[in-house]
Amino acid sequence: MRAISITKRYGSFLANDGIDLDLFPAEIHALLGENGAGKSTLVKTIYGLIQPNDGELRWMNRKIVLGGPSEARELGIGMVFQHFTLFENLTVAENVALGLAPTESFASISERLQETARLYGLPLEPKREVWRLSVGERQRIEIVRALMQNPKLLILDEPTSVLTPQEADQLFVVLDRLKGEGRAILYISHKLDEVKRLCDTATILRGGKKVATCNPRQETAASLARMMVGADIGEVKAASGRDVSVPRLVIHRLSLEPDDPHGTHLDQVSLEVRGGEIVGIAGVSGNGQDELFAALSGERLSPSEGAVVIDGLAAGTLGVNERRRMGAAFVPEERLGHGTAPRMKLSENALLTGHAASGMVKRGFVDKPATLATVDRTTETFDVRKAKRDPEAVSLSGGNLQKFIVGREILREPGVLVVSQPTWGVDAGAAATIRQALIDLAGRGTAVLVVSQDLDELLEIADRTAVMFHGRLSAPLIAAEVTREKLGLLMGGAKTGEEPSVEEASHAVGA
Amino acid sequence: MPLVLERRSERSATIAIASPLIAIALTLATMAVLFAILGKNPIEALDVYFLEPLTDPYSLGEIAVKATPLVMIAIGLSLCYIANIWNIGAEGQFLVGAVAGSWLAVRTNGTDAGHWVLPAMLLLGALGGALYALIPAICKVRFGASEILTSLMLVYVANFGLDYLVRGPWRDPHGMNFPTTADFDPVATVPTLIEGGRLHAGAILTLFVVMAATVLLGRTIMGFEIRLVGAAPKAARFSGFNADKLTLFTFAVSGALAGLAGIIEVAGPVGHLQPDISPGYGFTAIIVAFLGRLNPVGILIAGLFLALTFIGGENAEIAIKVPLDLTKVFQGILLFYVLACDSMIIYRIRFISTLRKPAHADV
Repeated sequence: MRAISITKRYGSFLANDGIDLDLFPAEIHALLGENGAGKSTLVKTIYGLIQPNDGELRWMNRKIVLGGPSEARELGIGMVFQHFTLFENLTVAENVALGLAPTESFASISERLQETARLYGLPLEPKREVWRLSVGERQRIEIVRALMQNPKLLILDEPTSVLTPQEADQLFVVLDRLKGEGRAILYISHKLDEVKRLCDTATILRGGKKVATCNPRQETAASLARMMVGADIGEVKAASGRDVSVPRLVIHRLSLEPDDPHGTHLDQVSLEVRGGEIVGIAGVSGNGQDELFAALSGERLSPSEGAVVIDGLAAGTLGVNERRRMGAAFVPEERLGHGTAPRMKLSENALLTGHAASGMVKRGFVDKPATLATVDRTTETFDVRKAKRDPEAVSLSGGNLQKFIVGREILREPGVLVVSQPTWGVDAGAAATIRQALIDLAGRGTAVLVVSQDLDELLEIADRTAVMFHGRLSAPLIAAEVTREKLGLLMGGAKTGEEPSVEEASHAVGA
Repeated sequence: MPLVLERRSERSATIAIASPLIAIALTLATMAVLFAILGKNPIEALDVYFLEPLTDPYSLGEIAVKATPLVMIAIGLSLCYIANIWNIGAEGQFLVGAVAGSWLAVRTNGTDAGHWVLPAMLLLGALGGALYALIPAICKVRFGASEILTSLMLVYVANFGLDYLVRGPWRDPHGMNFPTTADFDPVATVPTLIEGGRLHAGAILTLFVVMAATVLLGRTIMGFEIRLVGAAPKAARFSGFNADKLTLFTFAVSGALAGLAGIIEVAGPVGHLQPDISPGYGFTAIIVAFLGRLNPVGILIAGLFLALTFIGGENAEIAIKVPLDLTKVFQGILLFYVLACDSMIIYRIRFISTLRKPAHADV
């Protein structure tokens, strides 16, 4: 596969600017870049989802024009998306059948599914419904589905972002094997160590342009990062001599039924976060982190008031605003639609979390200048880049909006801060700013709880880290004890001893 | 040349203002075609419909009389719609308000009750409308029933209830068997503003409601809550607002305003309770709310415009012999165009060249 001078414009925005890419059989080619660098646009072009404005695709030295993904699949191009395209209420086999040609009988698809799964050591139970499966298992469905079309080129979009380190290792074995079979693999990632370990070639994109194609094994992580970002990233500095004080946020045997049928049941979660420390909660998404955040923020109330204690006061049955008045602040994972109202101005979004406890409302009337002042202060302190003084939230880039949301809460000088995925999908520069701000906040005596899927982030900033699995929280490990491997085992549920039966089968087959 | 709708990065303020005007222009064009099909001269018909009423003082007064209930109801509805809550049953709340207030007028009829009667009637009307509106609201909050259906269905219940009362217990014994109550006493009647005209104090009350709604939506935390629940429900929950409480609140307020409009209509221009007290004010107010961009001042203007179509329709029936139902056709077409033009606020139309095959998303 050759992509020559691919250019894609969205309005006046150049998402891809004359990008060349050569993919060879039996090679794992990494596509590296920050969010917004144009990786997704490029692979969607190769998969036929997007038509380029300029440039051409060549497949085995023949010029091709892809009218859609089905044409790409016919040629032998398969893709595994970052966001799965599965129907939760259907079984594994039904989901696979939906993605294949309608000519094949369901029975033969099920059979082929099991055979492919066995061949590559990707165990799947065809009759299980998808909503019962872990994220790792769901990804296996996507991979098996792609493999059943016997692709010559397989595209994987950030496949490890949802996996535990151990699951990622298993995936790498499979990818190595596919490479051995002579298939070309295009591997999209922003995790440098992974790319260095796995890939033969790397193409780096920045701002829609190709920066370089290199051999990642001959580069250092730092040199790759520099090419990705275009500058050295400021290192996050720990505040020196942080004083850890009394517990300011206490979660005591918190159990909670999920409010949607596919949610996770929280089971006796207990944790203490003391003033001046940052505690991390790791875990593969969907293991109860969302439910825990809702229970801590007060969007969902706990059965007993003592289940959540903020600065010594029982808050389990109090709402969001009562908890804010007690000095707590919250940053949810979803920036648009949860943390902010996308189509409202920043000043109104400042009011969104500030109306109860920040003096922005006087006798029922909104103090507009006070909300604007919050926007200005946040902009100044956290370097939020925007086109005008008070734009709609949706017009900001992900990183700038995240700086605004985190900044909005930090400027309130909260006693307790609960933040979920603080740097998810944020460019490296903004991520460093946000992490530094969290560390500085803890340095001023705040108890900070960070829920994150990004282990590197937790290793960098957390003093202690606990792991969430199936709605239970492990005992926290102190930073000195924490290793990726230990966390990874806990993320896979090692200590709870509740390996799903399919997993057992996989080991048996793999052996 | 295929068309695509492309999302704008920010709402277009220009289109937001221009959209109702474009919609009106398109409606007029469509109406002209309709008139032509009916064998009428379109220019003359449009003139009778839209210009003649504006040239004569009696019609101008009538426009204000018709706009009064429309605007008052539409203001209430706009609060619901902004919050993404769908009260379609303002017509029923209007009728129940009229009935609730009339109860007192009927009870005190012929007695020497003092000037407290009218204020008490208005209060009862608002209360009746609010309570009636709370039925679908409670059904939604408690049982998850679609408020669109329940509020609409309750319109018919109110209609038949009113019918029963004026044909049965409340019928005027001296009314020659017409289904109507006795004419209300002067203390139970909304005073007129100009001697001899029909324009009444309800118009002043409506202007006050417009101002109050402007302040509520633009300046208060309550208004922010209404807008936030509509714009981003999950963010509203994170902001500590309770969507169920807001459903009850907006339904109660819109019901109260519809009920108030109902009793004012009965105690004002009509003067007694009878079955056909509304030419569909509660439904037309939905159009008024959207044509007015769910903005109080916009609603005031839109209400006057829709009132014009009522008066123009009556004129046209007499002058050029077109059916009165054409007014409803007209109002329906208008709503359609308003909603269509509104999508241009968030989206823009783009032509894509046919040189390349269009991408079909295949997931």
